[in-house]
Amino acid sequence: MTAVVPTRSPTGSRPSGRGSTRRFRRLSRSGMAGCFAAALLVMVVLDQWLGLNVALYVAGTVAVGTALVYGVSRSLEGPRTAKDRLVTCLVYSAFGLAMVPLLSLAYEVIRRGVERLDGQFFTWSLLGVLGEGGGAYHAIMGTLVITALTTLISVPIGLMTAVYLVEYGSGRLKKAITFLVDVMTGIPSIVAGLFAYALFVIFFGPGVRLGIAGAVALSVLMIPVVVRSAEEVLKLVPNDLREASYALGVPKWRTILKVVIPTAIAGLATGVTLAIARVIGETAPLLVTVGIANATNFDPFDGRMATLPVYAFYQLTQPGVPPEFAIDRAWTAALILIALVMGLNVIARLISRLFAPKPGR
Amino acid sequence: MTSTSSSRPVLRRGDRVFAGTAKGAGILIMLILAGVTVFLVVEAAPALTAPAEDIPGGDGLASYIAPLLFGTLLAAVIALALATPLAVAIALFITQYAPRRLAQGLGYVVDLLAAIPSIVYGFWGVFWLAPKMVPFYRWLEDNLGFIPLFAGPTSATGRTMLTAGLVLAIMILPIISAIAREVFRQTPTLHREAALALGATRWEMIRMAVLPYGSSGVIGGAMLGLGRALGETMAIALVLSVSGGITFNLISSGNPSTIAANVALQFPESSGIDVNTLIASGLVLFVITFAVNMGARAIVNRRAEFSGAGS
Repeated sequence: MTAVVPTRSPTGSRPSGRGSTRRFRRLSRSGMAGCFAAALLVMVVLDQWLGLNVALYVAGTVAVGTALVYGVSRSLEGPRTAKDRLVTCLVYSAFGLAMVPLLSLAYEVIRRGVERLDGQFFTWSLLGVLGEGGGAYHAIMGTLVITALTTLISVPIGLMTAVYLVEYGSGRLKKAITFLVDVMTGIPSIVAGLFAYALFVIFFGPGVRLGIAGAVALSVLMIPVVVRSAEEVLKLVPNDLREASYALGVPKWRTILKVVIPTAIAGLATGVTLAIARVIGETAPLLVTVGIANATNFDPFDGRMATLPVYAFYQLTQPGVPPEFAIDRAWTAALILIALVMGLNVIARLISRLFAPKPGR
Repeated sequence: MTSTSSSRPVLRRGDRVFAGTAKGAGILIMLILAGVTVFLVVEAAPALTAPAEDIPGGDGLASYIAPLLFGTLLAAVIALALATPLAVAIALFITQYAPRRLAQGLGYVVDLLAAIPSIVYGFWGVFWLAPKMVPFYRWLEDNLGFIPLFAGPTSATGRTMLTAGLVLAIMILPIISAIAREVFRQTPTLHREAALALGATRWEMIRMAVLPYGSSGVIGGAMLGLGRALGETMAIALVLSVSGGITFNLISSGNPSTIAANVALQFPESSGIDVNTLIASGLVLFVITFAVNMGARAIVNRRAEFSGAGS
C-alpha cells in the first residue's frame, strides 16, 4: 500500500502534535499492515475449523483485512477517508486478481509443456505415429509458411493504405477508410475464416482446404492491425523533413519512399511484428480453411496443411486411444505458441527501443 | 496533409502511379469488407432457401440459430458484467494509484493477457479453471439454488456457461482496461488538482474528476470488448460442454453453444447444406459484431474529437 493519503498536502496537515491545535489521528502504514496481519490470523483460526484451500485463504485475508482497514479508519479518521482507503484496497485487489489467470496460465502451460519439449518434437511429424513419440515439425513448418504468406499479403496492402491515409487521403474517402479499418479490427476470426472458405469454394468447389485460403483469412485479420500501427507511426514523422525534401525538388513519391518511410522504419517494423504476433496464434480461421494433416506439406496451393494452433486443438480434442501422449503433445504445442507470441512481442519492443530515431534538438 | 499550396503541381508519372497504388490499397480494404459480406451471403443463400427439414435439427434455420445466438449473447453478457468493473479498477490502479515509475510496466503486464492465443486460454480453462470452479458451483447450488441462474445440478467437470463467461471476461479485460487507461490518463490535470485543492480524498477526486471525464470512453471500450466476446471461438469451443437448448442455468452441464464455437466444432466434419447453414450462422454473427463495433467506434471517436477540441 502506498503512503497515507499522499495526495493531501504532505506537511501542512501532518498530525505531528506540535503546532496543530486539533489532534487528528491517522492510520499509519504499519497500522494498515497490522490490519492485514490480524486478518491473516483470523483466517488461520478459521482454517482450523473449516479447512480452507489456498484461494479461499488469500481471498479471505484480503476481504477481512479490507473490512478491518475500513472499520479502523472510520473510527480514527472519519467516513470520507475510510471510504478512500476502502477503494484503495479494492483497486489493489483488482489488479492482484487480474494477475491470477496470467500467472496460473503461464505456470500451467510451462509445467505441462516441458514434458515433451525435446528434439523429437521439433524434427518429427505425426506421419505414422500412433501413441508415443511424434512431433510437430509439420505443424511448425505449416505455421511458418502460412504466416509468411499472410505477412506477404498484408504488409504491402496495409502499408500502402496507411501511406494513403497519412500522405494523400482527404475528405470523405479517408474518413470512410479510417472508420472501416477500425470496424475491420473487430471482425471475429471465425468469420474471416468462413469468408476465405466462401471465396475459395467458388473456384475450387466444396470442401476446399488450402494453405493459401488460410493466409487470406489471416490477412483479413492482420491488415487492419498493420494499417493502424503504420498510420500512427507515419503521423509522427515531422513535417519539416517532408518540406525539406520538397524544397530540394524531390517528387512526393520519392520523398515518401526515401525520407518518410526510412524515418519511420523502426516503428513500422515494430507494428508489423506485433501484427504477426496477433495472427500467429489464430486457430479458428485455419481450422475451417486449412484443416489438419499428419504429414509435412510445404505447398500452400496444394491441399491440407498442419498448423501449430490447429495441431494443438486436435491433439487435445481427438487424442486417440492412449490419450496422454497426444495431450502432452498438445501442451507442448501450446507452450511453443506462447513462446512464439511472447518472443515476437519482445522483438517488437527491442526494435522500437534500439532503432528508434533519436529526437533531434 | 502536406503540399496543399503549390500553385501548379507538376504531376510526374511516378507520383501518379504511387498515389494511385496507395489509393487502390485503401479502396481494396473497402472491397474486402464488402467481399466478406457478399461471399458470406452467397454461400449462406442455399441454407436460407432450403426446406426446413434439410437444416440440421430439422426445424429450419431460425430454430437452428436461435439457441446458438442465445448462447453467444449470454456468454458475452456474463463476460462483460464481470470484466468491466474489474477493468475500470485496474485502469484506475495503473493511472491513479500505482507509483508513476511502475505504471508503464504494469500496463505491459496487463496487455500480456491480450497477447495469449485464445486456444491457450481454452486449454487453461479446461484443465485449470473448470475443475477449480466445481466446489464453488456446488456452494452456489446449495446456497443460492433458488435463483434460476444457479439451479444446478452442478456440472461435474465445471465446463459450464459461467466458466466460459469467466474465460471470456479474462480475454476482454485487457481491451477494456487499455481504453479506460487511455481516457483516464487524459483527464485534465487542472480538474484533478482542483478537486484535491478543495480537500477531496483521492477517491472523491476520482469520482468527481476522472470517472465523469472517462465514462464515455469506458462505455466505448466495453462495447469493443463485447464485440470481441461475441466472436471469440476457440476458448469457448474447448471450455463449454454443449448439450441442450436455451437455458439460463449457468452451472449445469447442459448449455447452449455459441455461434462461433459451433462453427469451429461442426465445420470440419460438415458437408453440403450443413456447411451453408454454418455459414448462415456466421453471417448472423458478422452482422451483430459489425453493428456492435460500429457503435463502439462511433462512441470512442466522438469522444476523441470532443476531448481534442476541448482540452
